Amino acid sequence: MPRFRRPVLARPALGRTALSRRRFLAGSAAVGISLKLPKGAFAEGGKVNFYNWDTYIGESTIENFEEETDIEVQYDLFADNAELFAKLRGGNPGYDLIVPTNDYVERLIEAELLLSLDHSKIPNIENIDPAFMDVAFDPGREYSLPYMWGTIGIGYRKSAVDAPPESWEDLLASDRYAGRIALLSEPTTVLQMAMKAQGNSLNDWSDENLAAAEKMLIEQKPRITAFAPDNGQDLLLAGEVDLAMEWNGDIQQIMEEDDDIGYVLPKEGGLRWEDTLAIPVGAQNVENAHVLINYLLDAEVGAEIADFIQYATPNAAAKALMGEEYTANPVIFPSDEAMQNSETAVAPTQEQMQKIDEAWTRIKASS
Amino acid sequence: MVAISEKAGRRPLVFAAFGLPVLIWLGLFFVVPLGIIGLYSFGENVSITRIETTWTLANYARITDPVILELFWRSLWLAAVATLICLAVGLPMALVIATASPGAKPWLLLAIMLPFWTNLLIRTYALLNILGTRGRLNDVLGWLHAKGQSLLGALGLDHLGLLGERFVPLTLLGTPAGVVYGIVYVSLPFAILPIYSSLERMDRTLLEASMDLGAGQWTTVRRVLVPLALPGILTAALITFIPALGQFLTPDLLGRGQVDMIANVIERQFKKANDWPFGSALSLVLLYVTFILLAARAFADAARTRRSERDREIAAAAIRAAAPERRASA
Repeated sequence: MPRFRRPVLARPALGRTALSRRRFLAGSAAVGISLKLPKGAFAEGGKVNFYNWDTYIGESTIENFEEETDIEVQYDLFADNAELFAKLRGGNPGYDLIVPTNDYVERLIEAELLLSLDHSKIPNIENIDPAFMDVAFDPGREYSLPYMWGTIGIGYRKSAVDAPPESWEDLLASDRYAGRIALLSEPTTVLQMAMKAQGNSLNDWSDENLAAAEKMLIEQKPRITAFAPDNGQDLLLAGEVDLAMEWNGDIQQIMEEDDDIGYVLPKEGGLRWEDTLAIPVGAQNVENAHVLINYLLDAEVGAEIADFIQYATPNAAAKALMGEEYTANPVIFPSDEAMQNSETAVAPTQEQMQKIDEAWTRIKASS
Repeated sequence: MVAISEKAGRRPLVFAAFGLPVLIWLGLFFVVPLGIIGLYSFGENVSITRIETTWTLANYARITDPVILELFWRSLWLAAVATLICLAVGLPMALVIATASPGAKPWLLLAIMLPFWTNLLIRTYALLNILGTRGRLNDVLGWLHAKGQSLLGALGLDHLGLLGERFVPLTLLGTPAGVVYGIVYVSLPFAILPIYSSLERMDRTLLEASMDLGAGQWTTVRRVLVPLALPGILTAALITFIPALGQFLTPDLLGRGQVDMIANVIERQFKKANDWPFGSALSLVLLYVTFILLAARAFADAARTRRSERDREIAAAAIRAAAPERRASA
């Protein structure tokens, strides 16, 4: 037995050759050379972080912007407003320009998470239709500017229905199309449409209205095929469902692929929504964000975007550049008569959100 | 042979040197975030973005809502079924790989591991394609049905309607069966590998001895193979069950939003409902269930180790007692 033991740490670390200083320096130099320089490190104009919905911009809008202004765009995608809000509430992780919907603009303003926009830096603000310049959710457009607007209604397959669906009841109360129905998976929206189906305002979250809407949906649940987060139009196109509660632009996009698809706003009214451009508090590139907003509000850029994503543009100058096919399309620009019962959503309070979520959990858990 | 843990135990500085980074990492990225979630679970929303820890039990009280309890129960049930199926499928597969020729073994292992390297979302979307009413699975079943019908026709039995009038496609999407299918598909590699590694390390001669002593194949499997592979099987069960409990992607996609599990509710609290305190309380309860299972496993392991040590001592004592007689007779 040895009289003393060699200390463990004095032995060379790996194999026979120890890590000499020279080898370490050579290794780290190799690593350093292989590190890539970030793409915009030497861009003249700096960068801007744009956080947007998926497929919600023109085909080459971002590239054109980068060429024209020499500002590098970091383009990220989010799937719904709740994800956007959850990301921002803990502190802005670095976004400069975001695209919240009207009811979330209200919540972001309440949570003091939006910066005031400097209208003097956005000359293209004149292009916007005056009807959009003063809205209830953002008086005077201090924090947001309109990007696109649209409706939520019913997409349907013409050959599978006897007549275009006239009412939300076809999706939410009747068993005529049982097993061929897709709804959205957004609790607030689906319950709002159920309340519309029962003749109530979609902003009236009284206990009776909510209970009645919940009951209607629990009874209808066995007849529903899917609660689709964003792909109701794909299910409709694939023939998995014949009726889908969907955004008008999504349906318009598949109508171009399939003549047998139609879109209608039911007689009780649908949802009228507006997506906006806003700058969150804590943005690092506020100047560049304003430049990007101004670019997106340009007439030609707006027209290019509208042509690609087929949603209604609030940009009057851009609309003037579009053809009849777009401006006279009743799916994109419904008549006043079709829109008369549709409402814009007001953000529910936190207590109402809790009740909505409890009702939704009960609906989803039922079988 | 001195165990490594004993060596480290005698050298506290060495243990600290190697253990400290791990402990710091664990502390910073595991304990601290969980602690924050714990504080949230005893808090409430004072504004739509701020939570204050008021040490209220209201969030935990909401968990006693029958709907939430039913969702917990449903999640436990679906996860348990998926785990059992994974074990039932995984054990034979692990056996095949463990007894395969050395040339075939790496290929079989690769076949099991390859799905690991594919994104979970892509694998689940692939299942959407396969399991739909017009998906590949129903295509195959429809083809088989047609072949069966024509065979019956050839035998002159088609008027009996044995296979039914028309082929009714299987509806798997939007049902618990589809969700279980998805969970099994996603968890199977996790189930096979621990069982395989435990079978690899097993002493094959024990199986041969058992057969030599007259036990049939099925008895050998039941009374020798499975008990020896039990540590691996239990590990596989845990590794399958715990993530299955927390699945929300598979129920959402394959269940088409119709088969909610508890993790769907938790995800909703952090996003759509903006109720982080309640979401935190639900998450912690799910975590407690996990810890209870892990603790049960640790206790079972300790009991088994104690039992086997005791058996070994008894055997050693018996041999020592028999030895003097052998020496005397030799």
